[in-house]
Amino acid sequence: MELNEFIKNVADQFDETDASEITATTAFHNLDEYSSLIALSIMSMVDDEYDVQLKGDDMRGAVTVEDLFNIVKSKI
Amino acid sequence: MSYLNIKKVAIRGVSVCVPREIEEEIESPTFESKKAAADFIASTGIERHRIAPKGVTASDLGVAAAEKLIADLGWDKSTIDCLLFATQTPDYILPATSCIMQDRLGLSNECYTLDISLGCSGWVYGMSVVCSLISANGFRRGILICGDTLSRTNSRRDKTSWPLFSDATSVTAVEFDENAKEIYFNFGTDGSGWKAIYIPEGGYRNLFNERSLDYEQIDPGVCKNKLHGIMDGMDVFSFSISRAPKSLKKLAEYYSLDLQNTDYLLLHQANRIIDDKIASKLKIDLNKVPYSLKDFGNTSGASIPMTMVNNIREGLSTRHLKLVGCGFGVGLSWGSVYFETDKICCPNLIEY
Repeated sequence: MELNEFIKNVADQFDETDASEITATTAFHNLDEYSSLIALSIMSMVDDEYDVQLKGDDMRGAVTVEDLFNIVKSKI
Repeated sequence: MSYLNIKKVAIRGVSVCVPREIEEEIESPTFESKKAAADFIASTGIERHRIAPKGVTASDLGVAAAEKLIADLGWDKSTIDCLLFATQTPDYILPATSCIMQDRLGLSNECYTLDISLGCSGWVYGMSVVCSLISANGFRRGILICGDTLSRTNSRRDKTSWPLFSDATSVTAVEFDENAKEIYFNFGTDGSGWKAIYIPEGGYRNLFNERSLDYEQIDPGVCKNKLHGIMDGMDVFSFSISRAPKSLKKLAEYYSLDLQNTDYLLLHQANRIIDDKIASKLKIDLNKVPYSLKDFGNTSGASIPMTMVNNIREGLSTRHLKLVGCGFGVGLSWGSVYFETDKICCPNLIEY
């Protein structure tokens, strides 16, 4: 599992946010477009791409995209 | 390995009873604005839900649905040897509501009765029990009553749960039949996720106490007391989109079924996002996945029979159908079932 690919997969879940705005250090909860629906899209992507089931606490606990990457990586 | 293969049991009929009172989500004071209500409808697919009047329980709806189905089947009540009630909203903490229902329905004193405490997976589990009992070759006929009044377990001031759930109770009638097609099941449980959906107080871990009824503002639009259900929507989502399709795939693989070859996939009606995702993971044509969500929301364990009565009643009454279903939720608990029906008795939706 590779960080840049994960960042791209996360960015794909956003419609209006430019992909360049989403990097490893982005605090994704603070993005204007972030919502509970985007959270579900990210969880769904993680399930599809990595076969990992994130918990609500995982999503709430991760600050940056890289934090989320590390959580997913630890569950593979 | 949690598979069951039931022989010599035929499904003869299914009925559902709902209360008359309808709440339209778009007008619901539970949402802070029309926009919030519209967003809820767009994402969940739920436009309205039913609320049982004060004092009416899931068993009241169940008795009405059972009386109608038994009458339409023309069954002599003395031939019904078992009654099961799958619910999380029983009449009393004790006795088991199925005992009370035996009397109310006028069934024999030699009737076997049992309550099953499960929610969204309750119909699939209940079917596995009633079918196993009949298949054991002693009981002639059985009825599974399955449903809830979740309006009693959710706060009207909780926009994340109140609009989702709808009250309904279903009845499914089964009978011993040497020539019946086999019924297949797959089951699973993940108790580590029990806190994804639970009611904190009022049981025997945390007794009802003088603070149980105090409302607490948890988030904007989410205000509830300790007898109301708590749900972690993200946990439920993640669990559902993973476990449900896996269970259906396991069932298909183990019994060499082609899911594409069934007439309908009957999913527990969780919400539109979850169910669409499950169907797409299974690559099943959406025309084969009926939804009763729009008018009846999430009807807990009654949701699979609810969809049968609401969406495919004509097919059930007039044709032979191959059906596959999956219930998943509180527990966390899930189960999948493959069954066939042949011109079964399926009365119009009953209103209480």
